[in-house]
Amino acid sequence: MKILTANRLSDGEAVWLAADHSWSEAIDAAELARDATTEERLERTGKAAFLKNEVVDVNLIDVEVVDGAIRPLRLRERIRAAGPTNRIDLGKQARPEIAVAA
Amino acid sequence: MYRYDEFDHGFVKARVAEFREQVDRRLAGEITEDQFKPLRLMNGVYLQLHAYMLRVAIPYGTLNARQMRVLAHIARKYDKGYGHFTTRQNVQYNWPALADIPAILDDLASVEMHALQTSGNCIRNVTADHFAGAAADEVADPRPYAEILRQWSSVHPEFSYLPRKFKIAVTGAERDRAAIQVHDIGLHLKRNAQGELGFAVYVGGGQGRTPMIAKKIRDFLPEADLLAYTTAILRVYNLHGRRDNKYKARIKILVHETGTEELTGWVEKEFEALKDGELKLPEADIRAIETYFAPPALNVRPEGEAVVKEAQLDDRGFAAWLRRNVTTHRHPDYAAVTISLKAIGEAPGDATDAQMDAVADIAEALAFDEIRVSHEQNLILPHVARADLKTVYDRLVAIGLETANSGLVTDIIACPGLDYCALANARSISVAQDISRRFASQEKQEEIGELKLKISGCINACGHHHVGHIGILGVEKKGAELYQVTLGGSGDEHTSIGEIVGRGFGPEEIGGAIETVVETYLACRSGREETFLDTYRRLGAAPFKEALYGSEAKAA
Repeated sequence: MKILTANRLSDGEAVWLAADHSWSEAIDAAELARDATTEERLERTGKAAFLKNEVVDVNLIDVEVVDGAIRPLRLRERIRAAGPTNRIDLGKQARPEIAVAA
Repeated sequence: MYRYDEFDHGFVKARVAEFREQVDRRLAGEITEDQFKPLRLMNGVYLQLHAYMLRVAIPYGTLNARQMRVLAHIARKYDKGYGHFTTRQNVQYNWPALADIPAILDDLASVEMHALQTSGNCIRNVTADHFAGAAADEVADPRPYAEILRQWSSVHPEFSYLPRKFKIAVTGAERDRAAIQVHDIGLHLKRNAQGELGFAVYVGGGQGRTPMIAKKIRDFLPEADLLAYTTAILRVYNLHGRRDNKYKARIKILVHETGTEELTGWVEKEFEALKDGELKLPEADIRAIETYFAPPALNVRPEGEAVVKEAQLDDRGFAAWLRRNVTTHRHPDYAAVTISLKAIGEAPGDATDAQMDAVADIAEALAFDEIRVSHEQNLILPHVARADLKTVYDRLVAIGLETANSGLVTDIIACPGLDYCALANARSISVAQDISRRFASQEKQEEIGELKLKISGCINACGHHHVGHIGILGVEKKGAELYQVTLGGSGDEHTSIGEIVGRGFGPEEIGGAIETVVETYLACRSGREETFLDTYRRLGAAPFKEALYGSEAKAA
């Protein structure tokens, strides 16, 4: 399974592509691609957003779903989704409105 | 310290205005990311995992209180209340919005600072001994030469698109505290038999994926020839350095593949053509730059000895701090103070805005308005009267910066690692915190003695692991963090590259493995006076391998 992630151009915030084509600051809102066709559609949408200068560094990443929550397979992506592991007062993990998968 | 003249002010201001326009155009969609990325990198702006990162240059690690207060202000207003001091004597902010960066650069320019050449394939911030101008063993202050190199290298038209980045370090003492032998060019300022100043010149050192110790290509270069000779080296590198493979593009690879003798011949030939030209440094110019670095008027303060003696008896914490964080000054009534940014369990090199402000206040009141950043990620007050040491200590206690661990096992260098950095493969800070807590006991640390532990979260080696007495390199293996341990590295005048001791350790194991290494040292040393490094150099890796891997080591 994959989801599409990027960083927002204006402030570098890590974001994920949601089903409504918006970029969510929370990984849980990401649209899951369970097949190649969906992956291609996500990538196309991401490329368009990159060309429209909304986001940079667009990537498809591998995830699994654990207890209903999206969890990236790589630690790097789990840290992007949560924030620095040494500072739980910083990043998304410090924002109560964002459910964190990491 | 150096003060900007009209040209400097105008130049930095113009660069900020230019970058402001570039940012505006990028945000308006008028230029693409591919066009913008090299422009932002030239201004020190990276994109990391959570946000942009701004790397601010601190030339040769020298700051005054006003500058430190602006660094604090930036942390407070535009970031998340802290900055990270780096192994290149710079400071990094981890959370600035792109749209705010021109305003940050304006604030920096107001105190004669910038973020130029903190990235890109150019000559980076020139680093120097953090005790420059204060150390008892110093021949001369290396900073005037670092400043000359800074002026010469800033937007140098010939050297702005080198095959790869280029780092220069300068030391003015026999004891190398600037790690010059692991730089692209290392300069050792010294005097010849006639008492004239000049440099031993080292070329081709570096860490990263192919660590190399620099080769000495000149034993004595007269100071007047500094720019001509450096230009000759850069010219040879620019012409012959590899551009086909980024991993083989540093000058160390050119030196290695060409051979020291042949490369020296090329440099000397180029130098012959340059040495009597416009790059020859006029004596008057060198002395003029030197005046910017004139030491403060250090009045006689003989009462210091008695004050320190009494305070030591009253306060064990102060006594420990005095043993570890206070360095001999060339003036007997003064000392150089290391402010450890390695409190037990904290991220190495991080300081809050309040701490930065407080250090600025202390420097202004008690240390002649001088602050340094060391490549070991600590702050230095180079000139403190011994009579004021207790006052400085008490003020550091009030802000949690009194940790008495300079040069000890918890004085760990660590890069930001996977908690922030887009290049990292594994976390560094969490490993540093774990090890720091395991060795928290002051008594235990002092029993172990001098031990430099350095951690990098990827092969780029920003955490200098190759020259750690104990080095830790984080890699990613099968999606998990794995930590390789190297032993026997050193970044001083007897530079050596650490050797990998054996298979790596998981994040849960690495702290215990380091404890095993240290316990093995304690069991094997000939006495308290034999340091970890000396013990390793005497015995080699065998006892450490045996302790870490046991029968596994024998089978291998």
